[in-house]
Amino acid sequence: MVNNSPFVVKASSVRSVMLRVLLALMPGVAAYVWFFGAAILVQLALASVTALAVEAFMLSLRKKPVMLFVTDGSALVTAWLIALSFPPIGPWWLVVIATLFAIALVKHLYGGLGQNPFNPAMGAFALMIVAFPQLMSQWSAPGITDLAVQLKLIFGLRELDAVTMATPLDALRTALHTGATSAAAAGQLPGAGLIAGKGWEWVSAGYLLGGLWLMQQRIISWHIPLAFLAALGAMAGIFQLVDASRFAGPLFHLFGGGAMLGAFFITTDPVSAATTPRGKLIYAALIGALTWVIRTFGAFPDGVAFSVLLLNICVPLIDMYTQPPVFGHKKK
Amino acid sequence: MSLRHLFKFNGGVKPVTHKSESTRNPIGKAPLSAELVIPLHQSIGGTPRPLVQAGQQVLKGQIIGAADGNVSAAVHASTSGRIKTVEMRRMPHSSGLSALCVVIEPDGEEAWIEARPIAWKSLPPDEVRDIVRDLGVVGLGGAVFPSHLKMKGSSKTPTRYLVINGAECEPFITCDDMQMRERADGIVAGAMIIRHMLQAEQVLVGIEDNKPEAVAAMQAAVSKSGVTGVEVIAVPTRYPAGGAKQLIRVLTGIEVPHGARSTDHGVQCFNTGTAFSVHEALDLGRPLISRIVTVAGNVERPRNFEVPFGTPMRDVIALAGAKPDSDRIIMGGPMMGFVMPGDEVPVVKATNCILVGSPSLFPPPPPEMPCIRCGECSKACPADLQPFELYWYSKSKIFGKAQEYHLFDCIECGCCSYVCPSSIPLVDYYRFAKSEIWAREAEKAASDAARERYEFRQLREQREEEEKAARLAAKMAARKTAEAENPDGGRPKPDMGDLDDEKKALIAAAMERAKAQKESGATTEGNKE
Repeated sequence: MVNNSPFVVKASSVRSVMLRVLLALMPGVAAYVWFFGAAILVQLALASVTALAVEAFMLSLRKKPVMLFVTDGSALVTAWLIALSFPPIGPWWLVVIATLFAIALVKHLYGGLGQNPFNPAMGAFALMIVAFPQLMSQWSAPGITDLAVQLKLIFGLRELDAVTMATPLDALRTALHTGATSAAAAGQLPGAGLIAGKGWEWVSAGYLLGGLWLMQQRIISWHIPLAFLAALGAMAGIFQLVDASRFAGPLFHLFGGGAMLGAFFITTDPVSAATTPRGKLIYAALIGALTWVIRTFGAFPDGVAFSVLLLNICVPLIDMYTQPPVFGHKKK
Repeated sequence: MSLRHLFKFNGGVKPVTHKSESTRNPIGKAPLSAELVIPLHQSIGGTPRPLVQAGQQVLKGQIIGAADGNVSAAVHASTSGRIKTVEMRRMPHSSGLSALCVVIEPDGEEAWIEARPIAWKSLPPDEVRDIVRDLGVVGLGGAVFPSHLKMKGSSKTPTRYLVINGAECEPFITCDDMQMRERADGIVAGAMIIRHMLQAEQVLVGIEDNKPEAVAAMQAAVSKSGVTGVEVIAVPTRYPAGGAKQLIRVLTGIEVPHGARSTDHGVQCFNTGTAFSVHEALDLGRPLISRIVTVAGNVERPRNFEVPFGTPMRDVIALAGAKPDSDRIIMGGPMMGFVMPGDEVPVVKATNCILVGSPSLFPPPPPEMPCIRCGECSKACPADLQPFELYWYSKSKIFGKAQEYHLFDCIECGCCSYVCPSSIPLVDYYRFAKSEIWAREAEKAASDAARERYEFRQLREQREEEEKAARLAAKMAARKTAEAENPDGGRPKPDMGDLDDEKKALIAAAMERAKAQKESGATTEGNKE
C-alpha cells in the first residue's frame, strides 16, 4: 500500500522506453541486412548475449536484483549500438570484448543504470578503434552478402582482405590526405551511391525513420538530433563552399557513417547527455561540429564516438550553466 | 464563453479525471453524528484558544475557539448541543498525531445563534477583516489559509485581478463543481465582497473546461446578478491548472514567484468555496461550520455531501457505502492527498474529498528503478524545475544544492512522480529534503540561541570579574593614599614580617573554627554545609 501521494501513476517504465528504442532501430537494421547481408544479425546476437550475461554477472556481484535489471532492456540497447557501429564482418571477439568492456567497466563500475557519465557503446567503440584500428576499419563491400562467407570471416576461417573495402568516409579522408579531390574520391569509389555510399545511405535513412518515430513517441526530444545534424551539416556546407573540390557536402556527411545512428540513438542517450533544453542544443551542436572535424582531419574513420565521449565530460558543466528559469523567476 | 486570450503554464499531466461518478446526484446533506469532534486547529497559523468547557450548552454557530493572534481563524460549534469534553483526539493528518478538540454531543435541535448580516460596505475594512477572522473563514481549496489575511490589497500595487478558482483539477474531487452548479449565486455574491475589499478591477472565474455545467451555472449567476467586470472563463483541463499560481498564470499571464505576495503582483486568488463562505459570513452573518465534501473512489455511491465539521469520516463514508476491499482513506485527491490514520478522524475545513482506496484502484507502483535522467519529470513540472536534479541532491542529502535548484519552489503537485518511468516516488524525496532543511534550520536557530546565551554569560562573567578587580584596585589605591597621607597613624605599614603575622593570626583563627566545628560535628553527624 502506498502511503504517500500521488497514488496514481502513468503507465510507463524504463523497459518500455528501452524496448521502443530497440524497435526504432529495426528499419535501419532491415536496410543493413538488405544491403550487407545477414552478418550484422550474427553480430547483434553476439553482442546481445554478451551484454545480458555480463549485465547479470555484474548485477549479482553488486548484489542488485538481477532479473529486474537484466530485463530493463538497457543492456540490449548498448549491445545493439555496439554491433551497429562495428564492422559487420569483424571477428566475433571484437564485439564480444567491446560489449564486455561497455557493460562491465563503462556502465557498472560507475554505478550501473543511470550512473555512467560516458555512453557505454561509444566508450567501447573508442577502446576498440584505438586497440585494433586495422580490424575496425574493415567494412564489407555491398553485394557480398553470402552468409556462409560472412560467417567464415566472423569466426576467423577466412582472411578479410579479399572482400572488404574502405567506407566512403574513409575513402574521402584518404583522398583529402593524399591531395585528391573529394568529388573524385566519393564519386569514383566502387561503393559510391547516390549521396553517401551505396547501401549506407539507405541504412542511414532507416535510422532517420526510426528516430522520427522515437520523437513522435516523445521518448527523445527534437533538440539533440536537430542540433547535431544541423551543426554537422553546417560545417560540411561551409567548407564545401570554401573548397568544393576538397570537402564533401552536407548530404554526404549526414547520410554517411554513423551520423544518423549518432543523431537519434547515441547522442540522445539520456544518461550521458545534457538534460536542459538549451544544454541539449549546445551539447549536440558541439558533437556535430567535432564529428566533422575528426572525420575530416582525424586519424579514425568516423568521429561520432570521440565527439560524444568528449562532450559527455562536459555535460555537468553544460547543465549547470543552462538551467531553465524557474516559474516566477523568469526575466521579463 | 469568453474569448479572452489565455496563457499557458509549462508541464502538467492528464490523469483520468473520475469526476462523472460523483456528479450524478445533487449535493446531499450528511445527518448529524452521535458526536462531533471539532479540532481547534483547522487553519494555517495559531491554534485557537478554547472558549468552552465540558458540560456547557452551545448553539449552532457559537464560537468555541477564538483566533490566536491575527494569523489564525476562529472555530465554531457545527450544531447545538452539549460540550462533552475538550480533549486530545487524533487529527485528520497522516502523522496520526493528536490535538485539542472540542467534542459536542448534538441535541438535534439545530438551534442557531442569532445571525445578523454584516454591513461590509460601510464598515471600515479592518473591522470587516476581523469579522471574517472571527467567523472562521479560511481557504477551502485545501491550504486553509485564513481568508481575512488575503482580503487586503498591496500597498505598492493596485489589484487588477481577482481570480476565483473553480478549476478543481484533482481527479475524483467534485465539491467545487457541484457547489458552482447549485450555489453559483452565493459564490458570485462572495466574489463581489472580496472584490470590494481588494478594490479589484476585474474578477476572473477560472473553471476547467471539463465542467461545462459549472461554467454555465456561473455565467447565468453573473448575468442574473447584473454585476459587471466579471468573466467566467473555461480553462484547458490539465492538472494542476487549479494550483493558484498556475491558474493566475493561465488567466492573466502573471507569474507570482515563490514566497511573494500575489497582491504585490496585482492579483489575488480565492477558491469558489471560500467565496461562498465569505458570502455566508458577511451577507448572512453565518460562521463557517460545514463544507461540501466529495466521497469517491472505492465506494458504491460516490456523491457530494454538505458535512458539519467534526463529523467522523466513517459516518460520511457510510453514506456512500465503502466496498469491502477498501484498504485506506485518503483526504484530498489521488495526486496530493494524505492517508488518514483511521476512519474516526473528523471532517475539517481542509477536507475537500474523502477518497476511499483499494489495491485495485490505487495499485502499488512497480519497483523503484534508478533515474535515467530521461527528463520526463522536467517536462511535467508546472514550476519549471528540474525534478531529477532535486532528486539527486535530496537523495544524497546535498541540501544546499537542492535549495540552489529551487527545492522550495516545488508545490508537491506530484506530476513528476506521476510520469517517472523509473517509478521513483520523487515527491517523497522533496518532502524529506524540505523537512530535513526545516529541522536543520530549527536546530541551527536553537544552537545559535544557545551560543548567544553562552557568549552573553561569558561576557557577563568577564565583566563582573573586571568590575571586581577594579573595585579591589580602587580599594587598594584608596588604602595606599590613606597611608601616604597618614604614614605614622592608623595601621602599621605593611611589610613582609607583618604579613606573616597576619597570616599566622588568620591560620590560628581558622584552626580554632575547625576545632569548634569538629566538636559540634561529633554530635550532629554529617551536618555539612
